[in-house]
Amino acid sequence: METLDQIKLRIEAAVPGAIVGILPNDSPSAQRSFLVNREHGRAVAEFLCADASLKLDYCSNATGIDWPEAELTEKIKVKQVVDGVEKEVEEVKKTLRPGCLEAVYHLYSMEKKHGPVILRMRTANRADQNHLPSLTPVWRSCEFQEREIYDLYGLVFDGHPDLRRILMWEGFQDFPMRRDYVGPDDYEYEPTPHDDVLEKAKPHQSVEVKK
Amino acid sequence: MPSRNYELLSKDGAGELLEVAMGPHHPSTHGVFRMDVVLDGERVVKLKPVFGYLHRNHEKIAEGTSYLGSMPYTDRLDYFCSLTNNWAYALAVEKLAGLQVPERAEYIRVITAELTRLQNHACLIGFLVQDMGASGTPLMYAFREREKILDLFESLTGARMMCNYMRFGGCRCDLPDGWLAQAQKVVAEFPRFIDEFENFLSGNEILMSRTQGVGVLSRELAVNAGITGPMLRAAGVDYDLRKVDKYGLYDRFQFRVPLGEHGDVFDRYMIRVLEMRESVKILEQGLATILPGPIVDPKSKLRGFRPKAGEAYGRIEAPKGELGFYLISDGGPNPYRYRVRPPSLINLTVLEDMCLGQLIADAVIILGSVDIVLGEVDR
Repeated sequence: METLDQIKLRIEAAVPGAIVGILPNDSPSAQRSFLVNREHGRAVAEFLCADASLKLDYCSNATGIDWPEAELTEKIKVKQVVDGVEKEVEEVKKTLRPGCLEAVYHLYSMEKKHGPVILRMRTANRADQNHLPSLTPVWRSCEFQEREIYDLYGLVFDGHPDLRRILMWEGFQDFPMRRDYVGPDDYEYEPTPHDDVLEKAKPHQSVEVKK
Repeated sequence: MPSRNYELLSKDGAGELLEVAMGPHHPSTHGVFRMDVVLDGERVVKLKPVFGYLHRNHEKIAEGTSYLGSMPYTDRLDYFCSLTNNWAYALAVEKLAGLQVPERAEYIRVITAELTRLQNHACLIGFLVQDMGASGTPLMYAFREREKILDLFESLTGARMMCNYMRFGGCRCDLPDGWLAQAQKVVAEFPRFIDEFENFLSGNEILMSRTQGVGVLSRELAVNAGITGPMLRAAGVDYDLRKVDKYGLYDRFQFRVPLGEHGDVFDRYMIRVLEMRESVKILEQGLATILPGPIVDPKSKLRGFRPKAGEAYGRIEAPKGELGFYLISDGGPNPYRYRVRPPSLINLTVLEDMCLGQLIADAVIILGSVDIVLGEVDR
Protein backbone atom coordinates (compact mmCIF):
# COMPACT_ATOMS: atom_id res chain seq x y z
CA MET A 1 0.00 0.00 0.00
CA GLU A 2 1.11 3.58 -0.59
CA THR A 3 2.41 5.61 2.32
CA LEU A 4 0.06 7.96 4.12
CA ASP A 5 1.80 10.99 2.62
CA GLN A 6 1.15 9.74 -0.91
CA ILE A 7 -2.48 8.98 -0.08
CA LYS A 8 -2.82 12.44 1.44
CA LEU A 9 -1.65 14.09 -1.78
CA ARG A 10 -4.06 12.01 -3.82
CA ILE A 11 -6.97 12.84 -1.49
CA GLU A 12 -6.24 16.53 -1.78
CA ALA A 13 -6.13 16.25 -5.56
CA ALA A 14 -9.35 14.23 -5.76
CA VAL A 15 -11.41 16.16 -3.21
CA PRO A 16 -10.82 19.87 -3.72
CA GLY A 17 -11.01 21.84 -0.51
CA ALA A 18 -10.43 18.91 1.82
CA ILE A 19 -8.06 19.69 4.66
CA VAL A 20 -6.17 16.51 5.51
CA GLY A 21 -3.74 16.32 8.37
CA ILE A 22 -1.65 13.36 9.46
CA LEU A 23 -1.69 12.72 13.19
CA PRO A 24 1.53 11.23 14.56
CA ASN A 25 1.60 8.12 16.73
CA ASP A 26 4.70 7.68 18.85
CA SER A 27 3.78 4.27 20.22
CA PRO A 28 5.45 1.15 18.77
CA SER A 29 2.31 0.39 16.77
CA ALA A 30 3.07 3.48 14.60
CA GLN A 31 -0.49 3.53 13.27
CA ARG A 32 -0.75 7.13 12.08
CA SER A 33 -4.09 8.53 11.05
CA PHE A 34 -5.75 11.11 8.83
CA LEU A 35 -7.62 13.99 10.38
CA VAL A 36 -10.15 15.26 7.85
CA ASN A 37 -12.26 18.37 8.13
CA ARG A 38 -15.87 17.45 8.68
CA GLU A 39 -17.26 19.31 5.67
CA HIS A 40 -15.35 17.02 3.31
CA GLY A 41 -15.36 13.87 5.46
CA ARG A 42 -18.02 12.14 3.42
CA ALA A 43 -16.34 12.95 0.08
CA VAL A 44 -12.98 11.72 1.36
CA ALA A 45 -14.59 8.50 2.58
CA GLU A 46 -16.21 7.95 -0.81
CA PHE A 47 -12.87 8.50 -2.51
CA LEU A 48 -11.08 6.03 -0.23
CA CYS A 49 -13.79 3.43 -0.74
CA ALA A 50 -13.93 3.72 -4.53
CA ASP A 51 -10.31 4.45 -5.47
CA ALA A 52 -8.97 1.66 -7.68
CA SER A 53 -5.61 1.20 -6.00
CA LEU A 54 -6.80 1.65 -2.40
CA LYS A 55 -10.25 -0.01 -2.51
CA LEU A 56 -10.88 0.41 1.21
CA ASP A 57 -14.19 -1.42 0.97
CA TYR A 58 -14.34 -2.56 4.58
CA CYS A 59 -14.75 -0.28 7.58
CA SER A 60 -13.77 -2.53 10.42
CA ASN A 61 -14.11 -0.32 13.45
CA ALA A 62 -15.86 2.97 14.05
CA THR A 63 -15.73 4.55 17.43
CA GLY A 64 -15.86 7.82 19.31
CA ILE A 65 -13.44 9.57 21.60
CA ASP A 66 -14.18 12.38 23.99
CA TRP A 67 -11.58 15.11 24.38
CA PRO A 68 -12.73 17.51 27.07
CA GLU A 69 -11.20 20.95 27.35
CA ALA A 70 -7.82 20.56 28.95
CA GLU A 71 -4.79 22.54 29.84
CA LEU A 72 -1.77 20.93 28.24
CA THR A 73 1.59 21.56 29.80
CA GLU A 74 4.66 21.26 27.68
CA LYS A 75 8.24 21.73 28.79
CA ILE A 76 10.38 23.69 26.34
CA LYS A 77 13.95 24.82 26.60
CA VAL A 78 14.43 28.54 26.20
CA LYS A 79 17.70 30.41 25.99
CA GLN A 80 17.86 33.16 28.57
CA VAL A 81 20.58 35.53 29.67
CA VAL A 82 21.01 35.08 33.41
CA ASP A 83 23.65 37.29 35.06
CA GLY A 84 25.29 38.00 31.75
CA VAL A 85 25.64 34.29 30.84
CA GLU A 86 23.45 32.65 28.25
CA LYS A 87 21.81 29.57 29.72
CA GLU A 88 19.19 27.06 28.66
CA VAL A 89 16.26 27.28 31.02
CA GLU A 90 13.29 24.92 31.04
CA GLU A 91 10.01 26.72 30.82
CA VAL A 92 6.56 25.27 31.19
CA LYS A 93 4.32 26.34 28.36
CA LYS A 94 0.61 26.02 28.94
CA THR A 95 -1.84 25.73 26.09
CA LEU A 96 -5.58 25.38 26.30
CA ARG A 97 -6.88 22.51 24.20
CA PRO A 98 -10.45 23.16 23.10
CA GLY A 99 -12.84 20.30 23.75
CA CYS A 100 -14.22 18.19 20.96
CA LEU A 101 -15.74 14.83 20.13
CA GLU A 102 -13.92 12.66 17.65
CA ALA A 103 -15.00 9.80 15.43
CA VAL A 104 -12.39 7.25 14.33
CA TYR A 105 -12.79 4.80 11.45
CA HIS A 106 -10.42 1.91 10.81
CA LEU A 107 -10.52 1.07 7.13
CA TYR A 108 -9.24 -2.07 5.45
CA SER A 109 -9.51 -3.56 2.03
CA MET A 110 -10.98 -7.02 1.70
CA GLU A 111 -10.19 -7.10 -2.01
CA LYS A 112 -6.56 -5.96 -1.79
CA LYS A 113 -6.06 -7.27 1.76
CA HIS A 114 -4.28 -4.23 3.09
CA GLY A 115 -4.85 -1.66 5.78
CA PRO A 116 -5.45 -0.09 8.13
CA VAL A 117 -6.02 3.45 7.01
CA ILE A 118 -7.36 5.40 9.95
CA LEU A 119 -9.73 8.27 9.34
CA ARG A 120 -10.72 10.78 12.02
CA MET A 121 -13.14 13.65 12.14
CA ARG A 122 -13.68 16.14 14.93
CA THR A 123 -16.64 18.22 15.97
CA ALA A 124 -16.32 21.94 16.65
CA ASN A 125 -17.13 21.54 20.33
CA ARG A 126 -18.76 19.16 22.77
CA ALA A 127 -21.96 21.07 23.45
CA ASP A 128 -24.06 22.47 20.62
CA GLN A 129 -21.89 21.89 17.55
CA ASN A 130 -21.64 18.13 17.93
CA HIS A 131 -22.46 17.13 14.36
CA LEU A 132 -20.44 15.08 11.91
CA PRO A 133 -21.38 13.63 8.52
CA SER A 134 -22.42 9.98 8.73
CA LEU A 135 -20.33 7.49 6.79
CA THR A 136 -23.07 4.82 6.92
CA PRO A 137 -24.06 5.54 3.29
CA VAL A 138 -20.50 4.61 2.31
CA TRP A 139 -20.00 1.63 4.64
CA ARG A 140 -23.05 -0.12 6.08
CA SER A 141 -20.89 -1.50 8.89
CA CYS A 142 -20.97 1.96 10.48
CA GLU A 143 -24.72 1.75 10.98
CA PHE A 144 -24.77 0.21 14.45
CA GLN A 145 -21.40 1.60 15.42
CA GLU A 146 -22.41 5.19 14.70
CA ARG A 147 -25.62 4.60 16.62
CA GLU A 148 -23.46 3.46 19.49
CA ILE A 149 -21.28 6.58 19.29
CA TYR A 150 -24.41 8.72 19.30
CA ASP A 151 -25.78 6.77 22.22
CA LEU A 152 -22.70 6.86 24.41
CA TYR A 153 -21.03 10.14 23.37
CA GLY A 154 -23.85 12.33 22.09
CA LEU A 155 -22.22 12.80 18.72
CA VAL A 156 -24.89 13.39 16.06
CA PHE A 157 -24.32 11.92 12.60
CA ASP A 158 -26.01 13.84 9.81
CA GLY A 159 -27.34 11.57 7.09
CA HIS A 160 -27.58 8.44 9.25
CA PRO A 161 -30.68 6.47 8.21
CA ASP A 162 -31.78 5.44 11.69
CA LEU A 163 -30.05 7.35 14.46
CA ARG A 164 -31.50 6.11 17.74
CA ARG A 165 -30.12 4.97 21.04
CA ILE A 166 -28.84 1.44 20.75
CA LEU A 167 -27.54 0.21 24.10
CA MET A 168 -29.06 2.61 26.60
CA TRP A 169 -32.83 2.74 26.84
CA GLU A 170 -35.04 5.21 25.05
CA GLY A 171 -35.46 8.30 27.14
CA PHE A 172 -32.13 8.07 28.87
CA GLN A 173 -30.79 11.57 28.83
CA ASP A 174 -27.06 11.58 29.41
CA PHE A 175 -24.08 10.24 27.47
CA PRO A 176 -22.25 7.74 29.66
CA MET A 177 -18.95 7.45 27.81
CA ARG A 178 -18.12 11.14 28.14
CA ARG A 179 -15.24 11.80 30.46
CA ASP A 180 -17.24 14.15 32.66
CA TYR A 181 -20.27 11.86 33.01
CA VAL A 182 -21.35 11.38 36.59
CA GLY A 183 -22.93 8.03 37.19
CA PRO A 184 -26.41 7.84 38.63
CA ASP A 185 -26.93 7.45 42.32
CA ASP A 186 -28.30 4.44 44.08
CA TYR A 187 -31.73 4.60 42.46
CA GLU A 188 -30.93 1.69 40.18
CA TYR A 189 -30.71 -0.62 43.14
CA GLU A 190 -34.04 0.46 44.56
CA PRO A 191 -36.77 -1.78 43.23
CA THR A 192 -39.39 0.88 43.94
CA PRO A 193 -37.68 4.27 44.21
CA HIS A 194 -39.31 6.74 46.56
CA ASP A 195 -38.65 10.04 48.29
CA ASP A 196 -35.27 11.55 47.46
CA VAL A 197 -34.16 8.48 45.51
CA LEU A 198 -37.16 8.96 43.23
CA GLU A 199 -36.17 12.59 42.71
CA LYS A 200 -32.71 11.49 41.62
CA ALA A 201 -34.11 8.81 39.38
CA LYS A 202 -36.52 11.12 37.53
CA PRO A 203 -34.06 12.81 35.16
CA HIS A 204 -32.91 9.40 33.97
CA GLN A 205 -36.36 8.05 33.31
CA SER A 206 -38.17 8.43 30.06
CA VAL A 207 -40.82 11.00 29.36
CA GLU A 208 -43.56 8.38 29.34
CA VAL A 209 -42.68 7.18 32.80
CA LYS A 210 -42.54 10.69 34.24
CA LYS A 211 -46.13 11.59 33.44
CA MET B 1 -40.98 0.21 27.54
CA PRO B 2 -41.70 0.29 23.80
CA SER B 3 -39.01 1.86 21.67
CA ARG B 4 -39.74 4.82 19.46
CA ASN B 5 -39.29 2.44 16.60
CA TYR B 6 -42.07 0.27 17.91
CA GLU B 7 -44.52 3.20 17.83
CA LEU B 8 -43.40 4.02 14.34
CA LEU B 9 -44.17 0.52 13.22
CA SER B 10 -47.71 0.53 14.55
CA LYS B 11 -48.59 3.40 12.20
CA ASP B 12 -48.03 1.44 9.03
CA GLY B 13 -49.92 -1.58 10.29
CA ALA B 14 -52.88 -1.40 7.93
CA GLY B 15 -54.93 -3.90 9.81
CA GLU B 16 -53.51 -6.96 8.10
CA LEU B 17 -50.01 -6.66 9.48
CA LEU B 18 -49.09 -8.13 12.81
CA GLU B 19 -46.40 -6.82 15.08
CA VAL B 20 -44.59 -9.32 17.21
CA ALA B 21 -41.95 -8.51 19.78
CA MET B 22 -39.85 -11.68 19.74
CA GLY B 23 -37.86 -11.57 22.90
CA PRO B 24 -36.21 -10.51 25.11
CA HIS B 25 -37.26 -13.77 26.72
CA HIS B 26 -37.72 -15.93 23.69
CA PRO B 27 -35.96 -19.30 23.71
CA SER B 28 -34.61 -18.84 20.19
CA THR B 29 -32.90 -15.51 20.74
CA HIS B 30 -29.83 -16.96 22.44
CA GLY B 31 -30.01 -14.57 25.37
CA VAL B 32 -31.80 -11.35 26.13
CA PHE B 33 -32.29 -10.07 22.62
CA ARG B 34 -35.44 -8.76 20.98
CA MET B 35 -36.56 -8.69 17.39
CA ASP B 36 -39.39 -6.30 16.67
CA VAL B 37 -40.97 -8.04 13.72
CA VAL B 38 -43.81 -6.95 11.47
CA LEU B 39 -45.51 -9.88 9.84
CA ASP B 40 -47.71 -10.18 6.81
CA GLY B 41 -49.22 -13.57 7.45
CA GLU B 42 -46.11 -15.56 8.18
CA ARG B 43 -43.79 -13.41 6.08
CA VAL B 44 -41.43 -10.94 7.68
CA VAL B 45 -42.04 -7.43 6.37
CA LYS B 46 -39.88 -5.55 8.78
CA LEU B 47 -37.46 -6.56 11.50
CA LYS B 48 -35.58 -4.37 13.91
CA PRO B 49 -33.13 -5.88 16.36
CA VAL B 50 -33.24 -4.36 19.84
CA PHE B 51 -30.52 -5.02 22.37
CA GLY B 52 -28.76 -3.47 25.32
CA TYR B 53 -30.40 -5.55 28.02
CA LEU B 54 -27.00 -6.79 29.19
CA HIS B 55 -25.23 -3.46 28.72
CA ARG B 56 -22.87 -2.68 31.58
CA ASN B 57 -20.55 -0.26 29.74
CA HIS B 58 -17.56 -2.52 29.72
CA GLU B 59 -15.54 0.17 27.94
CA LYS B 60 -16.11 2.75 30.65
CA ILE B 61 -15.22 0.27 33.36
CA ALA B 62 -12.02 -0.61 31.51
CA GLU B 63 -11.07 3.05 31.26
CA GLY B 64 -11.25 3.26 35.03
CA THR B 65 -8.96 0.33 35.73
CA SER B 66 -5.43 -0.69 34.85
CA TYR B 67 -4.57 -2.42 31.58
CA LEU B 68 -4.21 -5.79 33.25
CA GLY B 69 -7.36 -5.22 35.30
CA SER B 70 -9.50 -5.56 32.17
CA MET B 71 -8.06 -8.92 31.19
CA PRO B 72 -10.43 -11.01 33.35
CA TYR B 73 -13.31 -8.85 32.19
CA THR B 74 -12.65 -9.66 28.53
CA ASP B 75 -13.59 -13.26 29.38
CA ARG B 76 -17.13 -12.06 29.98
CA LEU B 77 -17.56 -10.54 26.52
CA ASP B 78 -18.06 -13.71 24.57
CA TYR B 79 -18.24 -16.22 27.35
CA PHE B 80 -17.94 -19.15 24.96
CA CYS B 81 -14.56 -18.01 23.70
CA SER B 82 -12.75 -16.40 26.60
CA LEU B 83 -9.31 -17.42 25.35
CA THR B 84 -9.66 -15.69 21.98
CA ASN B 85 -10.95 -12.59 23.76
CA ASN B 86 -7.86 -12.65 25.95
CA TRP B 87 -5.69 -12.99 22.90
CA ALA B 88 -7.25 -10.08 21.02
CA TYR B 89 -6.81 -7.79 24.00
CA ALA B 90 -3.27 -8.96 24.67
CA LEU B 91 -2.43 -8.45 20.99
CA ALA B 92 -3.67 -4.86 21.04
CA VAL B 93 -1.72 -4.06 24.20
CA GLU B 94 1.40 -5.72 22.79
CA LYS B 95 1.13 -3.50 19.71
CA LEU B 96 0.68 -0.47 21.92
CA ALA B 97 3.62 -1.26 24.18
CA GLY B 98 5.86 -2.99 21.64
CA LEU B 99 6.13 -6.32 23.46
CA GLN B 100 7.45 -9.47 21.79
CA VAL B 101 5.76 -12.79 22.48
CA PRO B 102 8.05 -15.83 22.88
CA GLU B 103 7.56 -18.67 20.47
CA ARG B 104 6.22 -21.14 22.99
CA ALA B 105 3.61 -18.65 24.17
CA GLU B 106 2.53 -18.09 20.58
CA TYR B 107 2.15 -21.83 20.16
CA ILE B 108 0.04 -22.08 23.29
CA ARG B 109 -2.09 -19.20 22.06
CA VAL B 110 -2.69 -20.83 18.69
CA ILE B 111 -3.53 -24.17 20.32
CA THR B 112 -5.94 -22.71 22.86
CA ALA B 113 -7.55 -20.47 20.23
CA GLU B 114 -8.17 -23.38 17.89
CA LEU B 115 -9.59 -25.49 20.72
CA THR B 116 -11.88 -22.57 21.46
CA ARG B 117 -12.92 -22.46 17.83
CA LEU B 118 -13.71 -26.18 17.84
CA GLN B 119 -16.02 -25.99 20.83
CA ASN B 120 -17.64 -22.74 19.67
CA HIS B 121 -18.48 -24.09 16.23
CA ALA B 122 -19.66 -27.43 17.59
CA CYS B 123 -22.01 -25.74 20.04
CA LEU B 124 -23.20 -23.22 17.47
CA ILE B 125 -24.25 -26.03 15.16
CA GLY B 126 -25.98 -27.68 18.10
CA PHE B 127 -27.90 -24.50 18.89
CA LEU B 128 -28.72 -23.91 15.24
CA VAL B 129 -30.15 -27.39 14.82
CA GLN B 130 -32.06 -27.00 18.05
CA ASP B 131 -33.61 -23.82 16.63
CA MET B 132 -34.88 -25.96 13.78
CA GLY B 133 -36.61 -28.23 16.22
CA ALA B 134 -34.10 -31.03 16.75
CA SER B 135 -34.57 -30.65 20.46
CA GLY B 136 -31.49 -31.26 22.44
CA THR B 137 -29.85 -34.32 20.95
CA PRO B 138 -27.33 -32.70 18.55
CA LEU B 139 -26.68 -30.00 21.11
CA MET B 140 -25.92 -32.56 23.78
CA TYR B 141 -23.56 -34.35 21.42
CA ALA B 142 -21.75 -31.04 20.93
CA PHE B 143 -21.70 -30.37 24.65
CA ARG B 144 -20.21 -33.80 25.24
CA GLU B 145 -17.24 -32.80 23.07
CA ARG B 146 -17.12 -29.36 24.61
CA GLU B 147 -16.72 -30.89 28.05
CA LYS B 148 -13.52 -32.59 26.94
CA ILE B 149 -12.12 -29.29 25.69
CA LEU B 150 -13.24 -27.45 28.81
CA ASP B 151 -11.45 -30.08 30.89
CA LEU B 152 -8.28 -29.17 29.00
CA PHE B 153 -8.88 -25.49 29.72
CA GLU B 154 -9.48 -26.25 33.35
CA SER B 155 -6.23 -28.14 33.81
CA LEU B 156 -4.35 -25.38 31.97
CA THR B 157 -5.91 -22.21 33.34
CA GLY B 158 -7.81 -23.27 36.44
CA ALA B 159 -11.16 -22.23 35.01
CA ARG B 160 -13.45 -23.84 32.51
CA MET B 161 -15.00 -20.76 30.95
CA MET B 162 -13.55 -17.62 32.52
CA CYS B 163 -9.97 -18.53 31.73
CA ASN B 164 -8.12 -15.20 32.22
CA TYR B 165 -5.05 -16.89 30.83
CA MET B 166 -3.11 -14.56 28.54
CA ARG B 167 -0.80 -11.84 29.75
CA PHE B 168 0.81 -8.97 27.86
CA GLY B 169 3.82 -10.51 26.16
CA GLY B 170 2.92 -14.12 26.82
CA CYS B 171 0.77 -16.41 28.93
CA ARG B 172 0.16 -16.71 32.65
CA CYS B 173 1.55 -20.16 33.26
CA ASP B 174 3.16 -22.99 31.36
CA LEU B 175 1.42 -26.15 30.25
CA PRO B 176 1.05 -28.69 33.08
CA ASP B 177 2.67 -32.11 32.79
CA GLY B 178 0.84 -34.44 30.49
CA TRP B 179 -1.35 -31.69 29.03
CA LEU B 180 -0.01 -32.08 25.51
CA ALA B 181 -0.68 -35.82 25.49
CA GLN B 182 -4.19 -35.25 26.80
CA ALA B 183 -4.81 -32.56 24.18
CA GLN B 184 -3.48 -34.79 21.43
CA LYS B 185 -5.93 -37.47 22.50
CA VAL B 186 -8.88 -35.06 22.42
CA VAL B 187 -7.83 -33.70 19.02
CA ALA B 188 -7.30 -37.18 17.61
CA GLU B 189 -10.81 -38.18 18.63
CA PHE B 190 -12.46 -35.01 17.42
CA PRO B 191 -12.73 -35.88 13.68
CA ARG B 192 -14.83 -38.92 14.66
CA PHE B 193 -17.29 -36.57 16.32
CA ILE B 194 -17.39 -34.34 13.23
CA ASP B 195 -18.04 -37.40 11.06
CA GLU B 196 -20.81 -38.51 13.39
CA PHE B 197 -22.32 -35.03 13.38
CA GLU B 198 -22.13 -34.83 9.61
CA ASN B 199 -23.65 -38.26 9.20
CA PHE B 200 -26.69 -37.13 11.09
CA LEU B 201 -26.94 -33.59 9.78
CA SER B 202 -25.20 -32.71 6.53
CA GLY B 203 -27.26 -35.03 4.36
CA ASN B 204 -30.37 -34.66 6.46
CA GLU B 205 -33.32 -33.82 4.28
CA ILE B 206 -35.10 -31.74 6.88
CA LEU B 207 -31.99 -29.70 7.58
CA MET B 208 -31.38 -29.14 3.87
CA SER B 209 -34.92 -28.05 3.10
CA ARG B 210 -35.00 -25.76 6.09
CA THR B 211 -31.68 -24.07 5.39
CA GLN B 212 -30.91 -24.07 1.68
CA GLY B 213 -31.79 -20.81 -0.01
CA VAL B 214 -32.85 -19.30 3.31
CA GLY B 215 -31.37 -16.05 4.62
CA VAL B 216 -29.21 -15.36 1.59
CA LEU B 217 -26.56 -12.72 2.09
CA SER B 218 -24.94 -11.34 -1.02
CA ARG B 219 -21.21 -10.94 -1.32
CA GLU B 220 -21.35 -7.18 -1.92
CA LEU B 221 -23.59 -6.50 1.07
CA ALA B 222 -21.48 -8.73 3.31
CA VAL B 223 -18.32 -6.75 2.48
CA ASN B 224 -19.98 -3.36 2.74
CA ALA B 225 -21.68 -4.19 6.03
CA GLY B 226 -18.42 -5.32 7.59
CA ILE B 227 -19.56 -8.89 8.15
CA THR B 228 -16.68 -11.06 9.30
CA GLY B 229 -15.95 -14.62 10.25
CA PRO B 230 -17.71 -17.72 8.96
CA MET B 231 -20.68 -15.64 7.87
CA LEU B 232 -18.52 -13.63 5.46
CA ARG B 233 -16.75 -16.67 4.12
CA ALA B 234 -20.08 -18.43 3.60
CA ALA B 235 -20.90 -15.56 1.24
CA GLY B 236 -17.79 -16.43 -0.74
CA VAL B 237 -15.37 -13.72 0.36
CA ASP B 238 -11.88 -15.02 1.01
CA TYR B 239 -10.95 -13.02 4.10
CA ASP B 240 -9.54 -14.81 7.10
CA LEU B 241 -7.35 -12.76 9.40
CA ARG B 242 -5.27 -15.82 10.16
CA LYS B 243 -4.16 -15.65 6.53
CA VAL B 244 -4.38 -11.88 5.97
CA ASP B 245 -2.68 -10.54 9.10
CA LYS B 246 -0.64 -13.68 9.87
CA TYR B 247 -0.73 -12.79 13.54
CA GLY B 248 0.59 -15.30 16.03
CA LEU B 249 2.29 -18.10 14.17
CA TYR B 250 -0.45 -18.87 11.67
CA ASP B 251 1.91 -18.52 8.71
CA ARG B 252 3.72 -21.65 9.92
CA PHE B 253 0.70 -23.91 9.73
CA GLN B 254 -0.81 -25.57 6.69
CA PHE B 255 -4.54 -25.01 6.52
CA ARG B 256 -7.13 -23.89 4.02
CA VAL B 257 -9.88 -21.32 4.24
CA PRO B 258 -13.21 -22.92 3.30
CA LEU B 259 -15.51 -20.69 1.26
CA GLY B 260 -19.23 -20.87 0.64
CA GLU B 261 -21.00 -20.14 -2.58
CA HIS B 262 -24.58 -19.22 -1.85
CA GLY B 263 -24.35 -17.31 1.41
CA ASP B 264 -27.41 -19.05 2.84
CA VAL B 265 -27.90 -20.71 6.22
CA PHE B 266 -26.78 -24.08 4.91
CA ASP B 267 -23.47 -22.63 3.72
CA ARG B 268 -22.96 -21.05 7.11
CA TYR B 269 -23.57 -24.40 8.73
CA MET B 270 -21.23 -26.16 6.31
CA ILE B 271 -18.46 -23.55 6.66
CA ARG B 272 -18.36 -24.20 10.37
CA VAL B 273 -18.07 -27.93 9.87
CA LEU B 274 -15.22 -27.41 7.42
CA GLU B 275 -13.52 -24.88 9.68
CA MET B 276 -13.56 -27.41 12.49
CA ARG B 277 -11.72 -29.83 10.22
CA GLU B 278 -9.14 -27.15 9.39
CA SER B 279 -8.74 -26.31 13.08
CA VAL B 280 -8.03 -29.96 13.79
CA LYS B 281 -5.25 -29.79 11.19
CA ILE B 282 -3.74 -26.71 12.84
CA LEU B 283 -3.97 -28.35 16.24
CA GLU B 284 -2.27 -31.53 15.05
CA GLN B 285 0.61 -29.51 13.65
CA GLY B 286 0.83 -27.22 16.67
CA LEU B 287 0.77 -29.99 19.24
CA ALA B 288 3.43 -31.93 17.35
CA THR B 289 5.88 -29.07 16.87
CA ILE B 290 5.65 -27.06 20.10
CA LEU B 291 9.07 -26.66 21.75
CA PRO B 292 10.03 -25.80 25.33
CA GLY B 293 11.05 -22.26 26.09
CA PRO B 294 10.06 -19.14 27.98
CA ILE B 295 6.38 -18.19 27.94
CA VAL B 296 6.49 -14.48 28.68
CA ASP B 297 8.42 -11.46 27.40
CA PRO B 298 10.94 -10.48 30.10
CA LYS B 299 10.27 -6.81 29.28
CA SER B 300 6.60 -7.02 30.26
CA LYS B 301 5.72 -6.24 33.82
CA LEU B 302 2.58 -6.87 35.78
CA ARG B 303 2.81 -3.86 38.07
CA GLY B 304 3.38 -0.29 37.04
CA PHE B 305 2.58 -1.03 33.42
CA ARG B 306 2.39 2.30 31.61
CA PRO B 307 2.67 2.19 27.81
CA LYS B 308 3.93 5.28 26.02
CA ALA B 309 1.31 7.71 24.77
CA GLY B 310 -0.14 6.60 21.47
CA GLU B 311 -2.78 4.29 20.09
CA ALA B 312 -3.08 0.84 18.58
CA TYR B 313 -5.73 -1.32 16.96
CA GLY B 314 -5.23 -5.05 17.22
CA ARG B 315 -7.54 -7.68 15.76
CA ILE B 316 -7.76 -11.44 15.51
CA GLU B 317 -9.98 -13.98 13.83
CA ALA B 318 -12.21 -14.98 16.72
CA PRO B 319 -14.65 -17.86 16.13
CA LYS B 320 -17.45 -15.37 15.56
CA GLY B 321 -15.56 -12.96 13.34
CA GLU B 322 -13.08 -10.17 13.62
CA LEU B 323 -12.57 -9.25 17.25
CA GLY B 324 -10.64 -6.01 17.59
CA PHE B 325 -9.45 -3.90 20.47
CA TYR B 326 -8.66 -0.23 20.00
CA LEU B 327 -6.60 1.38 22.75
CA ILE B 328 -5.41 4.92 23.31
CA SER B 329 -2.78 5.52 25.96
CA ASP B 330 -2.01 8.90 27.47
CA GLY B 331 1.00 7.52 29.32
CA GLY B 332 -1.00 6.73 32.43
CA PRO B 333 -1.70 3.38 34.10
CA ASN B 334 -5.23 3.22 32.64
CA PRO B 335 -6.15 3.30 28.98
CA TYR B 336 -7.53 6.69 27.91
CA ARG B 337 -9.80 4.95 25.46
CA TYR B 338 -10.64 1.27 25.35
CA ARG B 339 -12.85 0.00 22.60
CA VAL B 340 -14.04 -3.48 21.72
CA ARG B 341 -14.99 -4.14 18.12
CA PRO B 342 -17.60 -6.83 18.69
CA PRO B 343 -18.11 -9.20 15.74
CA SER B 344 -21.52 -10.34 16.99
CA LEU B 345 -22.95 -6.83 17.04
CA ILE B 346 -21.74 -5.88 13.59
CA ASN B 347 -22.84 -9.19 12.09
CA LEU B 348 -26.36 -8.33 13.24
CA THR B 349 -26.37 -5.24 10.97
CA VAL B 350 -27.70 -7.31 8.08
CA LEU B 351 -30.19 -9.37 10.07
CA GLU B 352 -33.11 -7.44 8.63
CA ASP B 353 -31.80 -7.72 5.07
CA MET B 354 -31.52 -11.48 5.40
CA CYS B 355 -34.94 -11.95 6.98
CA LEU B 356 -37.12 -9.77 4.75
CA GLY B 357 -39.62 -11.86 2.82
CA GLN B 358 -38.77 -14.99 4.76
CA LEU B 359 -41.03 -16.95 7.08
CA ILE B 360 -40.99 -16.05 10.76
CA ALA B 361 -39.81 -19.58 11.59
CA ASP B 362 -36.86 -19.00 9.28
CA ALA B 363 -35.97 -15.72 11.00
CA VAL B 364 -35.22 -17.86 14.03
CA ILE B 365 -32.69 -20.04 12.23
CA ILE B 366 -31.21 -17.06 10.37
CA LEU B 367 -30.49 -15.48 13.73
CA GLY B 368 -29.12 -18.82 14.90
CA SER B 369 -26.74 -18.95 11.95
CA VAL B 370 -25.33 -15.48 12.70
CA ASP B 371 -23.84 -16.85 15.93
CA ILE B 372 -24.26 -14.13 18.51
CA VAL B 373 -23.42 -13.97 22.17
CA LEU B 374 -25.24 -11.21 23.96
CA GLY B 375 -22.44 -10.62 26.42
CA GLU B 376 -20.47 -9.32 23.49
CA VAL B 377 -23.28 -7.57 21.61
CA ASP B 378 -24.28 -5.49 24.61
CA ARG B 379 -20.94 -5.24 26.37
